[in-house]
Amino acid sequence: MILDSKVPDGPLAEKWEGYRFNMKLVAPTNKRKFKIIVIGTGLAGASAAATLGELGYNVDVFTYHDSPRRAHSIAAQGGINAAKNYRGDGDSIFRLFYDTIKGGDYRSREANVYRLAEVSNEIIDQCTAQGVPFAREYGGLLDNRSFGGVQVSRTFYARGQTGQQLLLGSYQALARQVGIGTVKLHTRAEMLEVVLKDGRAVGVVVRDLATGEITTHSAHAVVLATGGYSNAYYLSTNAMACNGTAIWRAYRKGAYFANAAFTQIHPTCIPASDEFQSKLTLMSESLRNDGRIWVPEKAEDPRPAAGIPESERDYYLERRYPAFGNLVPRDVASRAAKQQMDHNKGVGPLHNGVYLDFRDSIERLGRDVIETRYSNLFEMYERITDENPYEVPMRIYPAPHYTMGGLWVDYELMTTVPGLYAIGEANFSDHGANRLGASALMQGLADGYFVLPYTVGNYLAKYLNTDPVSSEDPVFKDAEREVNDRLSMFMGIKGSRSVDWFHRELGMILIEYCGMTRNRPGLEKALSEIPALREEFYKDVRILGDSETLNQSLEKAGRVADFFELAELMCRDALNREESCGGHFREEHQTEDGEAQRRDDEFAYAAAWEWTGADSEPTLNKEQLVFENVELTTRSYK
Amino acid sequence: MNVTLKVWRQEGPSTPGGFVTYDASDISHEMSFLEMLDTVNEQLVAAGEVPIEFDHDCREGICGTCGLMIDGIPHGPQRSTATCQLHMRKFRDGDVITIEPWRALGFPIVRDLVVDRSAFDRIIEAGGYITVPTGSAPDANLVPVPKDASEAAMDAAACIGCGACVAVCPNGAAQLFTAAKIAHLNLLPQGQAERWARTVNMVDTMEEFFGACSNIGECTSACPKDISLDFIALMNRDYASGKVKQRRLTGQH
Repeated sequence: MILDSKVPDGPLAEKWEGYRFNMKLVAPTNKRKFKIIVIGTGLAGASAAATLGELGYNVDVFTYHDSPRRAHSIAAQGGINAAKNYRGDGDSIFRLFYDTIKGGDYRSREANVYRLAEVSNEIIDQCTAQGVPFAREYGGLLDNRSFGGVQVSRTFYARGQTGQQLLLGSYQALARQVGIGTVKLHTRAEMLEVVLKDGRAVGVVVRDLATGEITTHSAHAVVLATGGYSNAYYLSTNAMACNGTAIWRAYRKGAYFANAAFTQIHPTCIPASDEFQSKLTLMSESLRNDGRIWVPEKAEDPRPAAGIPESERDYYLERRYPAFGNLVPRDVASRAAKQQMDHNKGVGPLHNGVYLDFRDSIERLGRDVIETRYSNLFEMYERITDENPYEVPMRIYPAPHYTMGGLWVDYELMTTVPGLYAIGEANFSDHGANRLGASALMQGLADGYFVLPYTVGNYLAKYLNTDPVSSEDPVFKDAEREVNDRLSMFMGIKGSRSVDWFHRELGMILIEYCGMTRNRPGLEKALSEIPALREEFYKDVRILGDSETLNQSLEKAGRVADFFELAELMCRDALNREESCGGHFREEHQTEDGEAQRRDDEFAYAAAWEWTGADSEPTLNKEQLVFENVELTTRSYK
Repeated sequence: MNVTLKVWRQEGPSTPGGFVTYDASDISHEMSFLEMLDTVNEQLVAAGEVPIEFDHDCREGICGTCGLMIDGIPHGPQRSTATCQLHMRKFRDGDVITIEPWRALGFPIVRDLVVDRSAFDRIIEAGGYITVPTGSAPDANLVPVPKDASEAAMDAAACIGCGACVAVCPNGAAQLFTAAKIAHLNLLPQGQAERWARTVNMVDTMEEFFGACSNIGECTSACPKDISLDFIALMNRDYASGKVKQRRLTGQH
């Protein structure tokens, strides 16, 4: 299939305006005739559902949480970018666009990224009006801070809880619509299948997690806002329930999956403390504004941090990247930390960290300033590690965090299945091979508030006065049966090992061979080990209890089963991409001083994979990326 | 370390439950409380017993999903800490730990340690928002907000909606949760237009599900985010005003 990205003609800065003028509209009185399903209630899902409800559409929104407010967007700490230029430091829409394209190592689509930068300012206006308590100056105006990979201050923040406050904003907008009755909310409801008729998305199959009941829901369009798939690694910064099932089910129904190998390993996480660790905790990147990263100059130095004199400390980021210093982008910072570890310079009891030291900032600014900026992060660190970061430097280490890859979408955020949309982290569109800090919140809200509510109308307009496919239609009955069969199959295995055991094993393979650095022999090894483990899973997983009640093991079984297949695609995509770019670092392709080496001639494309069945390899489709407004240069932060 | 757990097990909302005793052996001090439960569940699965169901998600103390009564205290013995951020180093070898679900009429039990807190969503739906249709907002710097007011609103907005305040309250009251949201929005200039209706509607909805407040103050001591009791005073003041306010005249100041 030829991939049509549907990017409008015209100059970059006029594409979105032109699109909005040319698109088909659904009149206000006709909107109530359409039904739209939204899966997920994070920033993208909640903002989309709320806005679609406001517009007058009939919306059904589903979340597997007990409340929409729990989605993992809530854990984002540092902030949200916008091109407001409130600092007067040279920011502009074009600069935000440029930084995002460059930060993504030239593997994203220009038109989408420009639109993202364009609507970024409206997001700040919208959220402020909703009562999001962004940090302010004494004059009452909004404050900003810097994030990695940029040289302006464009990040808006609410202490260390920006994601929480933005999510509560969109959750509250959603709650308003639920109260009015335009949106129907389904909690503890997990989507297990997308339903297609004549190639179009017409509904979903859902399991009620509390009662086990399986129900089908039909609509004119289905929107997936189900987040990323970093939990494939088992240990990640994602919440425990984050999973790739919704997008994977869509992939198996014909939606292409793009750039699966583009995963972001976040540099500032708390290192694992033992083998029972269930997840890794992220410390906001904003800490790198005031903390200095270092390791002892000498390998295997047994001295505590305080005992190492200044002259024997290696502030390796400041040394290697003088222009950006501790604020280099995440992929660069993570790889640099790994290199220190490979040279046996890791610190802490398990030698699995590098220092993030606030001593100099506390001396310069005073403890109270540092406290106002980061107190909640410092407290969180102390609770987990039992160490006081005001007195001893923090220890940090990279951990899987965000997935730039996801379902392939066109300019309208529609997947290759008509009527099926993917928004937020669930799609692949805006961050290329590496996402800049404070841009995930921006993209989630851009898609949900300001892009999808327009583009979905352009699709729906042609179905005016047609009913959604009846949920009595055979396509729904078949899908429902498939879901039931799959659940009974899991329950019937009655093996000997827990779902978590398999998940942990999968994670170990994936982080080893498809983590911060990758190489051909490793990826090939992973591609033989993962299917073997998967086979074992289907023979030997043990799920107790029954399926007609709350059963968290059964929920996890379905998610881990999909992670097995997704992990394979990640490795396959990584193997195919014979270059290093952003978070994807192939050891075979690096410069003499160990920096990533892109190969634009051959790989300036988005790799969109097409499911061809359980027993055959997926087909690779390429969307050639066209750069008309930026010049492809070697990304340098020196 | 080894500890003994007395865990509330209950198969469904309407089946009777009871305590079951489990030995948690070889527990590391570095484990979080929930990782200790994960370990016990692994042992249960290995022994062919149905694992203990408990709600949890982010494990960073921000999503508000987790919440257990640990020895009768919501979120356990460490102040200002959600269950997922509690670590086993706060316990001693040989301890007997009692684990129960949130105990409140407003939060019916789903299974084992999992409860239904959807009444909280109903309170927010009744008015816990500022009405701003997407796209209609003015420039963000048009309305300056005094820093102190913004900080106070943020203090209230930090609520994670876990329900510990209700669980600890002898009356099963949800005043602290409701007051936190009302204060967050009522303290900001943006929230003034709907201030009185919001307060009255949210409080009235709250009272359909939860008990009455008698100013005991347990809620604030159990709160993992230290939401202040002062916000309840603010809510009560605005509720009283809201009941008598001539709303047609509120555009004048």
